[in-house]
Amino acid sequence: MENNAVLAVEAHGLVKTFGRNRAVDGVSLSVPTGSICGVLGPNGAGKTTTINMLATLSKPDAGNVKIFGYDVLRETHIVRQLIGLTGQFASIDEELTAFQNLTIFGRLYGYSCKDSKRKANELLEEFGLGDAMGRSLSKFSGGMRRRLDLAVSLIARPPLIFLDEPTTGLDPRTRTQMWRTIRDLVKGGSTVLLTTQYLDEADQLADDIVLIDRGRVVANDTPDGLKRSVGSSSLHLTVKNADNAADAARITECVLCARVRLAKASELTAPMDDIGKLTDVLTALKDAGITLSWINIFQPTLDEVFFALTGEGSKDKKEENQNG
Amino acid sequence: MADTIVIPASERKLKNRVGVGRTISSISTFAYRALLKMFKNPEIFVDFVVLPVMFTLLFAFLFGGAISGDVRSYLPIVIPGVLLQASFTNCTTAGTKLREDVDKGTTSRFKSMPIAQIAPLAGSLIADLVRYVTGGITVFTMGYILGYRPEAGVHAVVFSILFMMLVAWCLSWVFAFISMCTKTISTASAIGVVVMFPLVFLSNAFVPAETMPDRLRFFVLRINPLSRVVTTVRRLLTYGAIGADFWFTLFGALAILAVFIPLTLYAYKRKA
Repeated sequence: MENNAVLAVEAHGLVKTFGRNRAVDGVSLSVPTGSICGVLGPNGAGKTTTINMLATLSKPDAGNVKIFGYDVLRETHIVRQLIGLTGQFASIDEELTAFQNLTIFGRLYGYSCKDSKRKANELLEEFGLGDAMGRSLSKFSGGMRRRLDLAVSLIARPPLIFLDEPTTGLDPRTRTQMWRTIRDLVKGGSTVLLTTQYLDEADQLADDIVLIDRGRVVANDTPDGLKRSVGSSSLHLTVKNADNAADAARITECVLCARVRLAKASELTAPMDDIGKLTDVLTALKDAGITLSWINIFQPTLDEVFFALTGEGSKDKKEENQNG
Repeated sequence: MADTIVIPASERKLKNRVGVGRTISSISTFAYRALLKMFKNPEIFVDFVVLPVMFTLLFAFLFGGAISGDVRSYLPIVIPGVLLQASFTNCTTAGTKLREDVDKGTTSRFKSMPIAQIAPLAGSLIADLVRYVTGGITVFTMGYILGYRPEAGVHAVVFSILFMMLVAWCLSWVFAFISMCTKTISTASAIGVVVMFPLVFLSNAFVPAETMPDRLRFFVLRINPLSRVVTTVRRLLTYGAIGADFWFTLFGALAILAVFIPLTLYAYKRKA
């Protein structure tokens, strides 16, 4: 029991179907207290459906969820006291001011009038919205709204915070601000589970990444672990004459025994397990009379993990459909 | 900044149910929220101030002469009628604000919070009481201006407004339920109009039932429950007395409330 209590989220075999569509199909994940877990996946992968089940919004058709050891279905009210949810929806009222929004939520979380006002002021200062507190929300920018939305879920200082795509649609500056805020939350002792479609976001923030595609977990590892799983590094080549690109791709594929992607007309990338094979590639290309204008070896990015793991998946799906 | 330190889950004292005190306080917070929003959108005052004024004037001057000989003697008939129409038209829109919250996703946030699930619903509908009272006061003020002096005096007027408020409020749960079941808000409002409009006009609200053809009179007096409401209010205002109609309406309204609170809550939970 003691060990279980350490896990902020523990989900086993979650299933949710909408009609004939299995939106979530057997997702299991666990998040240790005090960490950031990034649920990463393309649009429609089942990220929001998963987070909704974890945050008591919808009941799973199968599977079970424990939040800090409390069962989501049986001890729903306790779980709700431990979580804060910032969804993709606008949970704040356009017609009201930022201050009014926060005090109303403060009252709902059980604080007295005075305390909710104090908390509202504190949070507005903390989120850099102090100057805008009396302004109507219709004059708020997207980033300000997002911050206010997050501020609302922090009123009760919950130990677990769910963030559903916290930075979608934000400009790079507000996005970095949001990242800083999320890191500060964890420093303050919170656990964060966030969904994102951005690989760099997961890479930047998450201690663990759960990669979801079509309702299934395709990978679950640390960002570094995931990168290692697709190969230690990747080779980027640019050929001088774009006409030779296809030949170069074929030759490289032969030598490395790996799939080569054509990034642009004259640029190709390939995963490379063994740096020693670099000379073989270069020799083979030279023998074929192909000249290179640029060459580089990159540490793998999550993009490659993403394409490697979900790209294959969508091919399977097409075959399934053709067979079915 | 001691507040920024998060208390770990294991050190919190937690109960798996909501207390009555917290529920009442959440309901009043939601009512406060709905009122704040109501006063931010002054155009909705059209529904419960401008329309009652318009209808009182319209009916009084259009039908007054034809039905009662002159405007003044028509007022005891038409004022309770307009009161009914104003209150019941307002209650058909009871669910729209709630439905907006559902559609925008605000309710998802409420649902994830440690509050009673009925609080957003009850709070929003309770805030509507303001609309019924404002509507009622408007109707009687118009009546007073036109020369209407109810025999039973001011306390009968106050009692009538409160009675109509209660009945309309109970009925508003039906429309809140409908608005949670339809695909869009506009479908729900359309159903409200289609149901309420004929019921209001096929009652004794504006015209005494005695002049109607037999079959229609049977429907108006025996089947349409709205006639009972109007009769109750007329009796109150004229004699200051309550009769069988009063109890019929009161228990009918409470029965509707008892059935539709759980139904509406169920539909609301499913939708959110």
